[in-house]
Amino acid sequence: MNGQRQYELVYLVSPQATEQDVTDLHAQVEATIARFGAQLAKTENWGRRKLAYEIGGHKEGTYVLEVIDGGGDVMKEIDRRLRVNEQVLRHLVVRVDEELRAAERTRTRRQVEAQRRAARRPAPPPQPEAARAPEGEGEGELGQEPEA
Amino acid sequence: MPDEHRRGGGGGRGGRGGQRGGAKQDMTQRRSLFRRRKVCKFCADKIDYIDYKDVRMLTPFVPERGKILPRRISGVCAAHQRKLQTAIKRARQLALVPYVTD
Repeated sequence: MNGQRQYELVYLVSPQATEQDVTDLHAQVEATIARFGAQLAKTENWGRRKLAYEIGGHKEGTYVLEVIDGGGDVMKEIDRRLRVNEQVLRHLVVRVDEELRAAERTRTRRQVEAQRRAARRPAPPPQPEAARAPEGEGEGELGQEPEA
Repeated sequence: MPDEHRRGGGGGRGGRGGQRGGAKQDMTQRRSLFRRRKVCKFCADKIDYIDYKDVRMLTPFVPERGKILPRRISGVCAAHQRKLQTAIKRARQLALVPYVTD
């Protein structure tokens, strides 16, 4: 268990809120993050977007994304604050560090696999088995790789 | 895009085939002629992480009704369908993707 976790927070602000309200809200989130000693890794304002369905009579809203490095206690507090705020129509907190790490792992695994395959390919095989065997022994490192 | 071709075409043909008489030969022929091999879109594009924020990626798998497209139709592999499922459900909570539409 690593101490540092990464969370993604998306919240949806009511269309009646002004630009100022949105920046205030962002400042509030930022202050909470600072208070708990966490870091704000990224912010993105998606601007006004149409909603896929109506929420409380609203058909559009402002989306804000914040990526936060920190512990669970920060997110708990932010979650509570957003829940209380009436201008926030929806918010979602997702822990992403593990998912991203898993994705990274599959990506590197695929790259390794592709390299191995590319290294094996140069022998144009009329009979695959016959062609591959001498190639693997000839290069030395290729012969080892599958075992390791 | 190729998904849609397959979907529309497959459904129509299936319906017609059912009504016809001596369909045995018909069926084998149709199999070889028309059924394209379905390939998982995410495997083909080498997408490891299906992001719930990326609506453009999700919408092809949420047809008009709002339901999640079954993988027997889309051809998505099991592993990616599972990830797609959570991504769509997260996107729904944020009103990026509909729950239902009539």
